[in-house]
This record gives sequence, C-alpha cells and structure tokens, in this order.
Amino acid sequence: MTDWTKSRYLPPVVLFAGLIITVILPATGLLNDYLQFVLVSVAINAILCVSLNLVNGWMGEFSVGHAGFMALGAYASAILTVKLFPAAPDILLFPIAVLIGGCVAGLAGIPVGILSFKTRGDYLAIITLAFLMIVKSGLENIPYTGGPRGLLGIPRLTTVAWAYFWCVVAFWVIRNLVYSKYGRGIAAIREDEIAAEAMGVNTRTAKLVAFVTSSFFAGVAGALFAHQLQFINPSSFDILKSTEILVMVYLGGVASLGGSFLGAGVVTILTQCLQPLGTWRMVVLPALLVLLMLFRPAGIMGYRDWNWLKPHLSLKLRSKTENKNENGKETVS
Amino acid sequence: MKYLAQQAINALQLGSIYALIALGYSMVYGVLTMINFAHGDVFMLGAFFCLLLIAIVPVPFWVALIVVMGATAILGTLIERFAYRPLRDAPRVSAIITALGCGLVIQNTTLGISPYARPMPHLLDNVTYQFGGLTITTLQIIIIGVSVGLMMVLDFLIRKTSFGMAMRAVASDRATVSLLGVPANEIIAITFAIGAALGGAAGLLYGMAYPVVSAAMGITVGWKAFVAAVIGGIGNMRGAVLGAFILGAVEVMTVAVLPSTYRDLISYSLLLLILVIKPHGLLGKPTLHKA
Repeated sequence: MTDWTKSRYLPPVVLFAGLIITVILPATGLLNDYLQFVLVSVAINAILCVSLNLVNGWMGEFSVGHAGFMALGAYASAILTVKLFPAAPDILLFPIAVLIGGCVAGLAGIPVGILSFKTRGDYLAIITLAFLMIVKSGLENIPYTGGPRGLLGIPRLTTVAWAYFWCVVAFWVIRNLVYSKYGRGIAAIREDEIAAEAMGVNTRTAKLVAFVTSSFFAGVAGALFAHQLQFINPSSFDILKSTEILVMVYLGGVASLGGSFLGAGVVTILTQCLQPLGTWRMVVLPALLVLLMLFRPAGIMGYRDWNWLKPHLSLKLRSKTENKNENGKETVS
Repeated sequence: MKYLAQQAINALQLGSIYALIALGYSMVYGVLTMINFAHGDVFMLGAFFCLLLIAIVPVPFWVALIVVMGATAILGTLIERFAYRPLRDAPRVSAIITALGCGLVIQNTTLGISPYARPMPHLLDNVTYQFGGLTITTLQIIIIGVSVGLMMVLDFLIRKTSFGMAMRAVASDRATVSLLGVPANEIIAITFAIGAALGGAAGLLYGMAYPVVSAAMGITVGWKAFVAAVIGGIGNMRGAVLGAFILGAVEVMTVAVLPSTYRDLISYSLLLLILVIKPHGLLGKPTLHKA
C-alpha cells in the first residue's frame, strides 16, 4: 500500500505548484502591492535567517556580520543592473545579477571562514563585527556607488515568484547540507570541536563550507532586497540589520529550518503590525528577544524541526519497515 | 612638530574617554567572560542623565559627575540583576544576545523619548591656555585628569584592596571562590556597577567635549571603545587603557591625514589586523579551554 503523502514526487510537485501560484496570484490583482511587499520581505528574511542559522545555529558560532555579506550581494547585483547592463532584458539579467551577488558575498565569506579556523567564540564574533564595519565604511567611501548616499534608481525586479524561488533554493540547499555528511560535521563542531576533529571531521572544510554557503545566500538575499526597495545605501546594512536577523534566528529557533521560516515570518509580520509604534517598535522587538532568552533560550523550535522537512529513509528501507508494521510487530518510527 | 603635539593632545583626550568606556567592557569580560554589548548604551545614558539633571537643577560639574556615575552604577547593577544573572549558567550565546537586546532596548527607548540630537550645555568656564604655541583648554585638562584619576583609583582598587583580590579571584574561578566563602554574586554586581559608573562618567565627559548628545552615541562611540578593549586584549585592564590610547591616536591621525569618513574603516581594519596577528589582543592571554 503506497501512501501518497510519502511519495518522493510530492515535494517537487507542491513546490512547483507554489511557484505557479506565486507567478499567477500577483497577476490576478488579488494581492495588492502592500501584501506583495510583505510576502517578498518574508521570503528575503527567511533566506537571511536560514543562512545565518547555518553559522549561528548549526555550527554554533556567533556571527554578527551577516548584514555585511548582504550588503556585498546587494551592491554587486545593483551595479550590474544599474551601472553595467541597464539595457539588458530583465528576465535574463536578474537571475544572473542575483547569482553574481551571491557569489561576491560567498567569496567574501572565504577570508572570514579562514579566520574562523583559529579564532572561535567571542573573538570570531568580533571579527565578523569588524568585517561588517569595514564593508559598511568601505562602501561609504566608494564614489562609484554613490558613497554614503547610496545607489538610486534600481529597477524593481524582485517579484513574489523570484523571492519564492530563491527562498526554496536556500532552504533546499541548506536542508540537504545540514542532513549530509558535511552537515553532521558542522553540527559536531558546535558540540565539541576537538572531539569532532578526533573523530575525523575535517573541521576546516566544514567551517569553510558553512561560511561560504551562509554568505552566498546572504548575498542572494541582499540582491533581492536591493531590487525590492529600489534603493540601497551603506547604512541600511549596519549592525541593526544584523541584529534584526539575529532576532529572527534566535526567536524562531537555532539549528532549525522550520524555526528559521517561523522566525522570519513572525518578526516580519510583527514589524509590519507594529509600524504605528514608530521608533518604539525597535524597543518591543529586542525586549521580546531578551524575554525569550530568559525563558526559552533555544527559541521557539530550537534544535527541532518539522518532520516533513527532514529527509526520509530511502524507499527501499521504508518499505521494509512498513512490511514489519503490517506483520503486526512493534512500530518503527 | 607643533602640529603633531597638538594632535597628540587631541588623541589623549579621545583616548582617555575611550579608555573609561573600554574599562567597563574589559572588567565585565574579565569577571564573567561575557561581552556586555549594552555597555555602550549605558555610556550614552550617562550623557543623557547629565542633560536631565541639568534641566532639573543646574549643578556644578563635580556634582553632576558624581550623580551621573551613581545613576549609571544603579542602572548597570539592575541590568546585571535582571537580565544577565538568570543566564549565568546558560550557553554563552544567550548571554551575548541578551546583552545586545538590552543595548537595543536602552538605545531605542532613548531614541523614542528624544528623537533628535541635543546640545550639551556648558558646565564649566572653558579657558584656553597657551603653552609655547600649544593650545589646551580647561575642558581637555579636566577630561584627561578625571579619566586618568579614575583609572588610577580603579587600578588601586583592583590591585591593592581585598575587594580587588576577590574580583580577580572570581575572574579566575568562580565556582571555587564561591565555595571558599567569597560572595561571588555581590562581587559581580559591584563589578558591573563600577564599569557602568566609569561608562557614565565617560558619557558626561564626551558630551562636554563634543557638545552634542544623541541616542546613536552608544553605537558610534561605545562600540569604538569596545574595539579598543579588544585591541588591548579584552579582560585585561591595562590592555584596555593601552588599546584606547592607541585607537584614539590612530583615529586622530586618520582624520588629520584622510577625509573623516575613513575613520571607521581604518579603526576596524586595525582591529582585524591585530586580531589576525595576535588573536587575543596586545596584552590578552590566550585561554586554555576553547570557548
């Protein structure tokens, strides 16, 4: 007896259907601009959140430089669409621009990853902070990208469908990474680096993979962000932006895919709902974070995940366990 | 030469303010191995407390200094008691995030109450003295004097008194020290109070020297002081002071040579460079167990 809910074709079908819906829905006019903006923001924040979670959650480091990687992706892609190829067809240019934004950020992740070989904990946090500040004040001093005033007139290319697509890609890649051999190695570094190394985990490769993947998707999110707001300046990528992502990660739950999505969704929607509060909004969010740390330090879904997000046993193994169940023996979960 | 000497005085002024703040970061790190990210905002509140005080009663400088230090000391103790103490045995990351959150709460509350930068009224008659072509103001003398004085008091406190001995003991092994009858919680609370009081004093002095007070000061200046503490080796008091004067000098020289927008770039690059060469700062000792 085959259970269609466990079919291996279900996830791709559902995800593809989601893509079709996100393409069609905005065209029908059912979603107004504001709703579209919120949806795109949720997707971008979810990408940022899951990618930061790879370093801060699964690897157990504390990076505060995520906004720096995001800035690199945003600027790299915006330079392509605004300065270099303003006339190129959007449908071709935009995916390439986002990809290049991600690659630039990913490349910048390499030195940070290399520095993390020797430095851990608080000092690594300080290195990421320094990285963020260097990127921000570096961008402020480049006249080509407008200096502190920033880049204006970026075409609005981030649609709900693109945001959805990249969000799915980010979750898919990071899910497959953390449940793979490398991913186990990354989690082992969090638990005990020396023991992990003794057990044969190549900690350097694992750290590098984690940092580069994380910063790649931060760059992708930055590129989407730039083409959503149509305007970027260095101060949109300051320590507050990093803190915002940190709030999402630790609110949603560390080392959890579902938690990343939940955190991004809750924080984004809460931010929108609290809009009338103005500045006080940024009092409520950190206060929430402090309370959360005091009463539930791992976040809503820390170290847990929804079952459907976890990889299942292979079909062969599964049919064996199911046969057992039908024979009336003990249930194997 | 004269120009250089003049810049040196400016560097001393900036460096001594950085040093006061950096000491707060370093003391807390030394005792709890925790980065107190809210400290920069305590520094910022020091300046605001002073504004508030002067708005209510116009008091002379020395009274304002003592009241502000007292107020920030109480604030520091409260933060420690209600935000950090419950997390003492939680994973270190939780404590860091709580500190970041506390800092943001303080900063944005201040921003909500006072959205615009405010001018700091004059507390002192600022007289300019000339020494062989060098200009030095009363303000600069007071800032450098008060900072150096407070640092010397702190150094005496840590090295020569029984409280200082207890503090150093808590820093090296909290569990054992508690067993030996040292009230570790009180020592930690007092450490926070002293750190916050120094931060508050720095806030007041900074407000007087660069007479604009804004809620963003906690990030723009406070985090710079944190960089200074790390350069010197966080957890080491003398390192914090050394790092602060180095950073002050580098910043003043940068502004003298390059456009002032390069200041942050240079100081954070310096931080990165020093961390790459000496991962635990100039005077910091490497920890044996990994974090």
